[in-house]
Amino acid sequence: MNAMAHDETSPMKQRLAISTSRMAGLLLFAALGGAAAFGPALVGHDPASQSLLDARQGPSAEHLLGTDHLGRDMAARLLSGARLSLGLALLSVVSAGIPGALLGVLAARSGGWTDRLLTAFADAVLALPGLLLVLMLAAIAPGSWWALYVGISLTLWVEYFRYTRQRARVVLAAPQVEASRMLGFGPSLILRRHLIPEIGPGLLTIAAFGAATAVTAVAALGFVSVGIRPPQAEWGVMMTELLPYWREAPWLILQPVAALVLTVLALHLSVGGMRRP
Amino acid sequence: MGRVRPQIAPWWRSVLGILAGRGFQALVVALVVGIVSFIMMQALPGDASYRIAAGRYGYDMMDAASAEIVRLELGLDRPWWMQLSTWLGELATFDLGRSHVYGSRVVDEVAKQLNYSLLLAGGAVVASLVIAIPVGIAAGMRPGGKIDHVSLALSIFLRAIPAFALGIVLVLVFAVQLGLMPVAGFRGLQHLVLPSLTLGLGLAAVSSRVVRDAVAEAMSAEWRLFSRTKGLTARRTVVSHVLRNASLPVVAYVGVQGAYLIEGVVIVETVFAWPGIGHSLVHAIFGRDVAMVQGTALALGLIYVGLNLVIDLVCRLIDPRSA
Repeated sequence: MNAMAHDETSPMKQRLAISTSRMAGLLLFAALGGAAAFGPALVGHDPASQSLLDARQGPSAEHLLGTDHLGRDMAARLLSGARLSLGLALLSVVSAGIPGALLGVLAARSGGWTDRLLTAFADAVLALPGLLLVLMLAAIAPGSWWALYVGISLTLWVEYFRYTRQRARVVLAAPQVEASRMLGFGPSLILRRHLIPEIGPGLLTIAAFGAATAVTAVAALGFVSVGIRPPQAEWGVMMTELLPYWREAPWLILQPVAALVLTVLALHLSVGGMRRP
Repeated sequence: MGRVRPQIAPWWRSVLGILAGRGFQALVVALVVGIVSFIMMQALPGDASYRIAAGRYGYDMMDAASAEIVRLELGLDRPWWMQLSTWLGELATFDLGRSHVYGSRVVDEVAKQLNYSLLLAGGAVVASLVIAIPVGIAAGMRPGGKIDHVSLALSIFLRAIPAFALGIVLVLVFAVQLGLMPVAGFRGLQHLVLPSLTLGLGLAAVSSRVVRDAVAEAMSAEWRLFSRTKGLTARRTVVSHVLRNASLPVVAYVGVQGAYLIEGVVIVETVFAWPGIGHSLVHAIFGRDVAMVQGTALALGLIYVGLNLVIDLVCRLIDPRSA
């Protein structure tokens, strides 16, 4: 029995209580988001413009984080990569989360064949490990960002669906919802007053972990030359390009690695704790 | 009516249920992999019959007539749904075809690579246990203590590092800066150390917390107090009671991490140029070798299903109520 009628429904405020580590995560994420949004304009270098005479320089006033093996400005490339990764993550969180949650409510409300069909589709997606599915879908059109985006969204919507379906079944069967119905309130009030406060915090947590998964997947696929292609500045692509220079310039390859780790860390910390709902 | 018999389902019914469920999952895996591979084949640029004719007769000997022969012979002129059913029919009879790049049979290639990947996965599990068990026990013996806090912080940090990024960092530290380990390839067991440490650390980041929780719970259990009261030493209590009780969730968790391992193997093998199945999959995608993509993805997917089946059966064995 996963339908717990007497489930303790802690209020939204309590679950979103801010601890120090969550505050740190939120601030870090805000900083990264701000850098991705405004940074490329502030740096004043084109992430693609090469200058072979200035290759592999250390940090200077001209190039804040140095230059890569083709003399391209590292700061501009990192920020351009941040914009790509965070943008793609945001896009796939929205386009996985909204249908996922809506279908979850639909499955919980209608039951019967609608529920069975949707659950079967979700199970089919889960039959393969997530990254393997993304890898195969991205392979249909290698190098295009939309194949990556479709693959990631298609893999991630299942979590929202399963969570929403399970919680909505409990909530919709609860006595207070029945009371609201008998008082004559329509579905919109039940959605606003009962369902959203109950599943909102959980969905936010899934969204943060999903965004972290998306950022990681984009970098992983870029790194193995299946996702985003050079000369686009993407963190995984930058790692592949800079890997041959690890002996001469280890600080260069460490920069995209650090950017990726900080982003994932910020997302994990911002929802507090390590477990998904 | 005589005695009322308790309504307990016979043991084989739950086992059959598990087998049926996982068998269905295996079918879904084969179907998804087959259909995606077929789409990949259709999405290849150019006319497939010209491509195959060039592969058969050489680019110089190939012309429109030979391409037409290939088209008729392989049925490339039929509608897509007939071609798809032929494709899936071949898959159902385990006819995975030949690699378009190497020309060898996909089954042989996959079997060869699988050994390396299983070696790496085994190394990763061993590394994760060697790290997670001592750390988890030390943290769980004193929940809230210094070791507990430090290992929690390390665990959160390690979980945020994707496996391939961790691999790069380990290469930089151990192979380049310290000169201790070989960097890539496979020519002996010392090449196994860094890749399995990479995956093992990622696994240990979570499993050390599982060990910690299990030990902390066992340490606060009443039967532990009893075993101390009846005269066992603290050490003996830990060894013969606490660790034994704490081991069950840990064993179950090693299985749960199968998905992490499979995803990790695909990417980490590329970092270390490990000649396994994940490296091969990535190479095949890059080289548009659809037959190899299908074979390797199918193998990885079926291993995932098989692993889940074993976990289900072991859980059923440990706790018959769970099935």
